[in-house]
Amino acid sequence: MNDLSFPILTVIVLLPAAGCAVVALLPKSRPDIVKLVGFLFAVATGAFTVWLGFAFHAGEPGYQFVTEHAWIKDFGISWLLGVDGISLFLVVLTGILFPIALGGVKVHRDVKAYTAWMLLLEAGCLGAFLSLDLFVFFLFFEITLVPMYFIIGGWGYDNRVYASVKFFLYTLFGSAFMLVGMLTLVFLSAKGHAVTFDVRILTERNALAPATAQWVFLAFAIGFAVKVPLFPVHTWLPDAHTEAPTAGSVILAGVLLKLGTYGLVRFGVALFPSAAVDMAPLLLTLAVIGIIYGALVATVQRDLKRLVAYSSVAHLGFIVLGTFALTNQGVSGGVLQMVNHGLSTGALFLLVGMISDRRHTRQISQLNGLQKSMPVLAAVFTVVMLSSVGLPGLNGFVGEFLVLLGTFITRRWFAVVATAGVILAALYLLWAYQRVFHGTPTGDNVGLPDINWREAAAVGPLVVLIVALGVYPKPVLDRVNPSVEALIQHVEKATGYKQPAVAEGHSLVDK
Amino acid sequence: MLDHLWLIPLMPLAGFLLLVAFGKRAGDPSAGWIGVTAVAGAFLFTVLALFALLGRPSEERSVDQVLFTWIQVGGFKVSFALLLDQLSVTMALFVTGVSTLIHIYSVGYMKGDPRYPRFFVYLNLFVFSMLMLVLGDNLLVTFLGWEGVGACSYLLISFWFERESAASAGKKAFVVNRVGDFGFMIAMFLCFATFGTLQYTKVLGDLDVASHSTLTAIALLLFLGACGKSAQLPLFVWLPDAMEGPTPVSALIHAATMVTAGVYLLCRMAPLLALTPGVLTFIAVVGCLTALFAATVACAQDDIKRVLAYSTISQLGYMFLAVGSGAYVAAMFHMITHAFFKALLFLGAGSVIHGLHDEQDMKRMGMLKKWMPITWATFMIGWLAISGVPPLAGFWSKDEILLNAYYKSPVLWGLGLATALLTAYYMTRQYRMVFFTNERWRPEAAADKPELTEPEPVGEHHEEVEHAGHGGHGAEPHESGWLMAGPLCVLAGLAALGGLLTFYLHGKPVLEQWLEPVFGDALHQVDATTAQKWLFSGLAVAAAAVGIAFAYSVFERRRRLDAFEPAVLQRAWGIDAFYAAVIASPGKALAAFSAYVIDAKIVDGIVNGAGAVVRGGGSVLRKLQTGYVRNYALGVAFGATLLLGWVMVRSGVGG
Repeated sequence: MNDLSFPILTVIVLLPAAGCAVVALLPKSRPDIVKLVGFLFAVATGAFTVWLGFAFHAGEPGYQFVTEHAWIKDFGISWLLGVDGISLFLVVLTGILFPIALGGVKVHRDVKAYTAWMLLLEAGCLGAFLSLDLFVFFLFFEITLVPMYFIIGGWGYDNRVYASVKFFLYTLFGSAFMLVGMLTLVFLSAKGHAVTFDVRILTERNALAPATAQWVFLAFAIGFAVKVPLFPVHTWLPDAHTEAPTAGSVILAGVLLKLGTYGLVRFGVALFPSAAVDMAPLLLTLAVIGIIYGALVATVQRDLKRLVAYSSVAHLGFIVLGTFALTNQGVSGGVLQMVNHGLSTGALFLLVGMISDRRHTRQISQLNGLQKSMPVLAAVFTVVMLSSVGLPGLNGFVGEFLVLLGTFITRRWFAVVATAGVILAALYLLWAYQRVFHGTPTGDNVGLPDINWREAAAVGPLVVLIVALGVYPKPVLDRVNPSVEALIQHVEKATGYKQPAVAEGHSLVDK
Repeated sequence: MLDHLWLIPLMPLAGFLLLVAFGKRAGDPSAGWIGVTAVAGAFLFTVLALFALLGRPSEERSVDQVLFTWIQVGGFKVSFALLLDQLSVTMALFVTGVSTLIHIYSVGYMKGDPRYPRFFVYLNLFVFSMLMLVLGDNLLVTFLGWEGVGACSYLLISFWFERESAASAGKKAFVVNRVGDFGFMIAMFLCFATFGTLQYTKVLGDLDVASHSTLTAIALLLFLGACGKSAQLPLFVWLPDAMEGPTPVSALIHAATMVTAGVYLLCRMAPLLALTPGVLTFIAVVGCLTALFAATVACAQDDIKRVLAYSTISQLGYMFLAVGSGAYVAAMFHMITHAFFKALLFLGAGSVIHGLHDEQDMKRMGMLKKWMPITWATFMIGWLAISGVPPLAGFWSKDEILLNAYYKSPVLWGLGLATALLTAYYMTRQYRMVFFTNERWRPEAAADKPELTEPEPVGEHHEEVEHAGHGGHGAEPHESGWLMAGPLCVLAGLAALGGLLTFYLHGKPVLEQWLEPVFGDALHQVDATTAQKWLFSGLAVAAAAVGIAFAYSVFERRRRLDAFEPAVLQRAWGIDAFYAAVIASPGKALAAFSAYVIDAKIVDGIVNGAGAVVRGGGSVLRKLQTGYVRNYALGVAFGATLLLGWVMVRSGVGG
C-alpha cells in the first residue's frame, strides 16, 4: 500500500480542471498563450501520471495511493480515489495522449474554448478512471460527454451537428440504464448496512440475489456497451469519429472508449461476479460478432477515418472477449489491449489527420501514391498499421494473443472464430494502405510535404511505446496481473466458477 | 560462443537499426556494405557456434539460452530464448551464408535505385527475423520470426510500390499467409492448453499427456501454417505474384530461406508428427501433388522469374513429401541444396534481367551465352543441379526423397518421378530459351518471327520499372559486374558440391549423422539394399535425361517455343481465378452488404428511426426537440429521479 501525505491522485484529477479554469480566464485574443498554458497543464498532468506509473508498487493487487474525504455523508458518497493495476495504465495513457492531442494538432478557430474543453475532458477521464466511489465515477463518466459533445460539434467536419447529437443522446441513453442500475445496487446492498457508494465495500458485500444481480448487471452492461461500443450499439462511433476533429478522434478512440471496457471490468465483473459468469456467453457472442463484423464493414469503407473507426469496433471486441473469458490471460490481455488500442489507434488518427490536413479530403478514392512524397509519414503509418494488425514484436500482438489464448482455454470456439478476425484485420488495413500510399501519385497527391517536426514530436512517443510494449511488456504486465488475479479470485470465491488451471504436464484438453 | 548466442541475431538487428538511423546519409553503396557486414558477421558467429557444438559430444549439442521473459501472465510464460542445436545451427548456417552472398549481389543489383538504403533496411530486418524464426526456443519466438519475415516479405514485394501489380502482390502475400497464421496461432493455443508451455523441448518431451486426436489437431494446424509460408496447395497463390519484388528478394526470401520455414517448423515438431501417421500421409500427399502441379505450370510460363517461382513451389512440395515420408534429413538436405541452386538460378535470372535492361519475358531473350558468359556458365550448373544430373547437388537430395517416398507409397514415388521429369524439361526449356536459340531481344527479331509475336498472357507485368541506373531498351546485353558475378560463382560451386553432405563418414552420411539426434525415433529408416538404391538412382537419372532430351528436341529441331503450353497451364489451372470468383467476390459482396445494408439501413436505421419517432411524437414532446441536448439531459435526469424514488420505496430504504 502506498500511503503518501501528498494526495497525488487528487492532484492528477484536479490539475487539468484547474487548467481549464485558468484558460477560461485568459484573453481570447492571445491564442498562442492559451495554447501554451493549456499544453503545459496537460504536460504537467502527464508527468504526474508517468511518475505514478513508476511509484506504483508492482506485485500488489490492491488499490494504492488511496485518498478519501467524506462528501455527502447521508448517502455514503465520498471523494474516494485509488489506483490499481487495472486502472494504472489507463491513467498513464490518458496522461500521455492529452498533451499529444493538444500540442500535436493545430486548431483553426477559438483556441481558448477548445483548450478549455479539452482540459475539462481530461479531468473527467482521469476522475472516472480513479474514482472508487460509484457516484463520483458516474459523475465523471457523464461529465466527459459534455466537452466531447462541444468539441465534435464545434470543431468537427461538415456533418458535425448530427454526429455530436447522436453521440450525446446515444451515450446518455446507455447512461440512464446505468444510473438506475447503480441506484438499485447501492440501495439493495444497503439492507442492514449504512448506504455506501464505495466500490470496495460494494464488491466485498456482493449482496444481490443472483436473479436481481443479472438485471442490475445488464443495466450496467448496456451503459458500458454503448461506450465501448459493442455490436449492435456501435453506430454512433463511426459518425462521431469521422466528424470529430483530429484531436477529438484521438481522445475518443484512445481514452473515452476505454471508459466502457474499464467499466465492464471494474464495475461489471467485480460488482456482479455471478451475473458476469452467467451472462458471459451473451457478451462473448457480441464481442465476437463485433470482431468479425467490424472488420468486414471496415473493408469497404470509403472514408479513411470511418475505416479506422470500424477497426476500433473490431479491436474493442477483442477487449470485451478477453474480459469475459474470465481467465488471468484473457482479462490481463484485455487490460493491456486497452492501452495498446489507445496507442495505435491514437497514432492512426493523428496520421490520418496529417493526411487530411494536407489533402483536405479523407476519401480513399481521392488519395494515391502518398508514399512517394511522404516516405517518413508512410513508414510511421506502416509501423502503426502493423501494430494494429497484431504483428509480433509490436504492442498489439501481446494483448491480442493473451486475449485469444485466455479465451481459448475456457471458450474454445469463441477464440477460434475471433482468431479468424485477425485475417480480416490484415485485409482491410493493408488494402487501405495500398490505395492511399502505393501507386504513382496523381493530381493533388503529388509533391506533398512530408511529416514536420511538430507532427513527428506528436506521433514519435506513440511509436516508441508501440515498439517498447511489443518487445518488453513485462513492466506493464507485472503491474496489471496481480490486480487481475485478485479480480478472478473474487469471481471464483463468489461463484462456483473456476478458471482452468493450465500447468506443464497437465492437459486441459485431454483428461 | 555458445554463451553468447544472441550475437548471431544481434548483428542483422544492429545493421537494421544503423541503417534506419544513418542509411540515407550513408547512401549508395555504403548503406549496402553496412548491410553486408552485418549479415556476414552473423554468418561468422554461426560458424563459430557450429565449431563450438562440434567440440561437444553429440548428446550435449543442444544449447538453450534465455535472454529475458517476454510475456508472463498466470501460468503462461514465454521467454525470449534461443535454442541452438544441430537442426537450428544447420538452418542458421545456410540462411546467413546465402544471405551474405545475396546481400553482396544486391549491392550491385540495386545500384542507382532511388530507395537503395531502404532496401537494405528491409533486407537486414528480414535476416534478423529469419534468425529468430530458426533459433527460437519456443513456438512463440518462432512465430515472432515467422510474422517478421512475412512483414519483410510484404515490404519487399511491394518495394517498387509505384507499380500497382507490385503493391497488390505484397498485400496478397501477407493476407494469404495470414490464413496459414490462423492455423499456427490455434496450434499454439492448443499446445498451451495441452502441455502448459510452448517450449519445444518441453512440448516434445511431454507428448504422452496428449491424446491422439489432440496431437492430430496440432499437427494439422501447424501444417496449415506451413502451407501458407511454404506456398503449398491450396495456399500457393501468393508466391508467383511475389516475383514482383526485386530479384535478390525472390532469391533470398522467396526461394532460399523464408519459404522453407514451413518445412523447418515441421522438422522441429518431428517427434509430434511421428505420433500422427495419418497427418504425415496427408502432408506427403499434399506435398507430392503440389510438386507435380507446380511443375506442370512451370512448363508453360514465359516470365523468367515465374518459371523459377513455380519451380520453387514444386521443389518445396518435394520437401513436404520428404517430411510426410518421415525423411526429415532428406527434407533438410533438399532444403539446403535447393537454397544453393535456386538462389543461383534466381540471381542468374536477375543478372539476365539486368543485362537486358529489365526484360523478363523469355520470348524476348535468346543466345545470351555469347553476351553473358559467366551468367551462362553458372546458370548451367544451376540448371543441371535442379534437373537432377549427377554429381551435382540436386541429384543427391532428390534421390534421397524419391527413395524414401517409395517406401511410403509407390504411387507417391511415381508422381515424384514424373515431377522430376517435368523439372528437367521446364528447366531445359528455360535454359535454352534464355541462353541459346536466336537473339529475340533485338528489336527487329520480333517482327521476323511470327510465332513470337503472340499477345502477352494476361496478368504479366511489363510496365516500365522505375529503376534508375538501367538504360533503356534496345542496347546490347551486357555481363554483370563482379559484385553480381562473384556470388554467382560461389553459389555455383555450392550447387555443384552440395552433394558432399551425403557422403559417408564413419559409416553414415554426414548430414544424417549430424541431424539424427534431433529427430531420434521420428526419423523413418529405409532399409534398401545397395542394388535397390542404384536402381532408384538410375531411374531418377533416366527421368532427368528424358526431360532434358525432350526439351532439346522441342527447342532445337522444331524451334517451336510454344509447343506444349496450353492456356490452362499458363494460367496455373485457373486456381487464382477460381479463388477470385469463389472467395474474393462473394467476400466483397458480403462486406458491402454488411456495411451498406445491415449497418447503415438496419442497425443505424433503427437508431435514427427511434430518433424520428421521438421528434414526431406530438405536441407534448415538442419541447424535447428544440435542438438543445440540454433538454434531453434534463429529461433523463428527471426520469432517473423518478426511478430512484421507486427503487427507494420498493427496497424500503427511503421509507
